[in-house]
Amino acid sequence: MRRIVFAALALLAAAGLGWAALAPIPTGARERLFEIPAGTSERRIAGEHDLEILPQTIRLQVHDVLALRNADAAPHVFGPTLIMPGQTFRLPFRQAATYSFLCTAHADGQLNVVVEPAPAPGWERLRWRWDRLTGS
Amino acid sequence: MRLAAVLALLVAGLAVLWLVREQVPEPALVAGAYDPPRPAPAFTLDGSHGAPVTLDRFRGQVVLLTFGFTHCAAVCPTTLATLAQARSALGERAEGVQVVFVTVDPERDTVEQMRPYLAAFDPTFVGATGDPATLATVREAYGVTAEREGDGPDYAMAHTSSIFLIDRAGRLRAMMPFGHDAADFAHDLNLLLEG
Repeated sequence: MRRIVFAALALLAAAGLGWAALAPIPTGARERLFEIPAGTSERRIAGEHDLEILPQTIRLQVHDVLALRNADAAPHVFGPTLIMPGQTFRLPFRQAATYSFLCTAHADGQLNVVVEPAPAPGWERLRWRWDRLTGS
Repeated sequence: MRLAAVLALLVAGLAVLWLVREQVPEPALVAGAYDPPRPAPAFTLDGSHGAPVTLDRFRGQVVLLTFGFTHCAAVCPTTLATLAQARSALGERAEGVQVVFVTVDPERDTVEQMRPYLAAFDPTFVGATGDPATLATVREAYGVTAEREGDGPDYAMAHTSSIFLIDRAGRLRAMMPFGHDAADFAHDLNLLLEG
């Protein structure tokens, strides 16, 4: 009986690992959230012109969703669009490329998003799922 | 012993199911989505169909709002052809979709200029123009930029190439960056028509 249980568990574990290593990653599976904090505009107006709120370059992978939350009291331009106060803008990326956007949250007015290919089936995909599961 | 084995299998099975379920996201728009959506900024412009263009007029339809100019060599024709294909792909549901093309070049884009230009892509497309100050206000409300390039008669306009998706209740729901194909638009239009 014990052998059967071990065999069943081993089979289940192998199936789980196989799925994690091979199953395609759907768009929207991972969200990267960045926030434009409250007071950004006021600090700019007060003279902090070199204020850096967001990283100059954000690195993502295909199928990731970039989420930008505007917690400031003023609208901000992200790429070709406005994000109003209290609003979050979620942009999925389906193609690997380097994107340059206008962005008023940056001192130089530009945000770069580097989108790398999705993890390949096998070890890369397994590791991607493990990182996501553990939040690392 | 047998009970413990069954429980162990059950727990392991549930763990795998949880993992699989956790990886599958809710159906979402291909376009960049605003959360929460806000009412789409209103405007009144001169329409190529012979009547004023307002968003209220299209309430109950999904509006695809795009900015461009008829002398555009590449981006605008590509966008308009893609939107026409997307409407075709929707079949009968296309009646619920209205494309509005707001010019960034009022100097050359009169309603007479826009009407045949847009009809070549899809006879239902509506062009919108107005005085430069009014058009600039509309662009600002949507975060759209437009800048003249060149001084001669063949000048071009560098402009935002994204397409805004406005739902049937008049809310600005999403923004599709340039470069997506008709299938992506059809996907999102179907979601907005159902919502």
